[in-house]
Amino acid sequence: MSNKPLHQQSLTELSRSLQDGAISSTELTQHYLDRIKQLNGELNCFITVCEEQSLQQANAADRAIAAGNIKPLTGIPLAHKDLFCTEGVKTSCGSRMLDNWIAPYESTMTGNLKAAGTVMLGKLNMDEFAMGGSNENSYYGPVRNPWNREVIPGGSSGGSAAAMAAGLAAATTGSDTGGSIRQPASMCGITGLKPTYGRISRWGMVAFASSLDQAGPMTRTVEDAALMLNVMAGFDPKDSTSMDRAVPDYSATLNEPLKGLRIGLPKEYFAEGLDSRVEQTVRNAIAEYEKMGATVKEISLPHTHHSIAAYYVIAPAEASTNLSRFDGVRFGYRCEEPKNLEDLYQRSRGESFGSEVKNRIMIGTYALSAGYYDAYYTKAQKIRRLIRDDFLRAFEEVDVIMGPTAPTPAFPIGAKANDPVAMYLGDIFTISTNLAGLPGMSIPAGMVDGLPVGLQIIAPHFEEARLLNVGHQFQQTTDWHLRTPVDLRG
Amino acid sequence: MVIDPTTIASIAHLARLSLSDDEVQLASGKISAIMGLIDEMQSVDTNGVEPLAHPLDAVQRLRSDEITEINQREELQANAPAVEKGLFLVPRVIE
Repeated sequence: MSNKPLHQQSLTELSRSLQDGAISSTELTQHYLDRIKQLNGELNCFITVCEEQSLQQANAADRAIAAGNIKPLTGIPLAHKDLFCTEGVKTSCGSRMLDNWIAPYESTMTGNLKAAGTVMLGKLNMDEFAMGGSNENSYYGPVRNPWNREVIPGGSSGGSAAAMAAGLAAATTGSDTGGSIRQPASMCGITGLKPTYGRISRWGMVAFASSLDQAGPMTRTVEDAALMLNVMAGFDPKDSTSMDRAVPDYSATLNEPLKGLRIGLPKEYFAEGLDSRVEQTVRNAIAEYEKMGATVKEISLPHTHHSIAAYYVIAPAEASTNLSRFDGVRFGYRCEEPKNLEDLYQRSRGESFGSEVKNRIMIGTYALSAGYYDAYYTKAQKIRRLIRDDFLRAFEEVDVIMGPTAPTPAFPIGAKANDPVAMYLGDIFTISTNLAGLPGMSIPAGMVDGLPVGLQIIAPHFEEARLLNVGHQFQQTTDWHLRTPVDLRG
Repeated sequence: MVIDPTTIASIAHLARLSLSDDEVQLASGKISAIMGLIDEMQSVDTNGVEPLAHPLDAVQRLRSDEITEINQREELQANAPAVEKGLFLVPRVIE
């Protein structure tokens, strides 16, 4: 058994201890519940803690292990972003709209993890409906970064990233529409993987922008992300955009040698707006790969700059459509004493959506309205093709693309609250992979001013195994992924 | 590009969002700034480029027309704000 504290051990280490009987799932679950009790007050990672239910699941896992029926994730305590439907448990999406909503069914992805024997500790805080990059847009208040309580954890999966950095779960899940897994992973110093669009079922994941949304694992190590993806990925007939392709064993290829790996560095990712210390950190990480025998080449993704504009048409357009289901009639918040049906719709939505959500619904409504559709939505979808084709061309010459995940380390809470354009520009390096449907991953690559900085790795469609192999090899020769905030080591 | 408060109010109505006067003013400022960012895309030459609806060019999958859902009316209506005899209640629509 490893002598590290339980909450700093990887899934592989914990799984071995559970299998050996060195620890029970009940003890492990109680350990995390105790840490959540101790730390959640200041960090605000959890919206819901499932104490009783998680201990029941841990007990069931212990009985399965005693009967010799152990799978790689049996008895492992996880927590899910609060936009995955979890049967019988509040699924709020960080919104007042769904503050009273108990999911009547289980999402396919969380159901897969449940069937794999995992324990669910609770549901994690997030920007409302996943709209945001700082976790300041939650009805339940901001999440604080475990590395520095005055700065943001990133978003929108901020609760998921901060919970990992603080050791409040063995692994977490997130969703990524424009960077919402990778950017908080970068800012909290953890591993975050956004798979190819369609790799993990979206069924039961509350929709933000359906052509961009993708779930993924947020973990301590790349090896752990592979273990999670093995269970999370797969075809689902209930999701019409789920891709019917075999799921490889992502753990099997982690140790492939990287000699001869061709790395592309997009010149547009090392341009104006990139913090020079972040750039140096990323270049140091790339130098590690050169030591392993990789070759590096400058490439160009010429439409990168336009990805933000295209995204902030497409994502709000899809969101305005998706969020029309929240009408105060069938579920969710309803205003007091509506005068008539229209008043019921308007006030139920107006009183329960936060300002960022309302603004995005309005941008989407405007972009889709008569007379503007071609100028905005069609134009954005054309640019989307140019962005995708930039990547396809680049991957004819290189095996992976690397660069920074975010242009800066985490910034102070409130610093960009009144400047949406500055906030959106922070997504510049992550958004285009969503528009192109590509898999991307952020791994810890260094520290700037005591805050973590991530390296982003992007691979061709369905090449998650390559991403994980490349990330894992970095974690074999560096220890950035093992760093934890001093006061939370426990 | 300026989206003035009158336009904001009319978009909010289309989207069925009640906004206070202060919210309309704030939204006008923020959305105008965002539309300025978005308008940068008009500088891109997209002549002859087809819009991309799906990054992998996938098309909608079809299935046979069979009933696969089971009736869960009570479970689903348990979350509804107001229900009577299995129906969702709303304010009177027809006088």
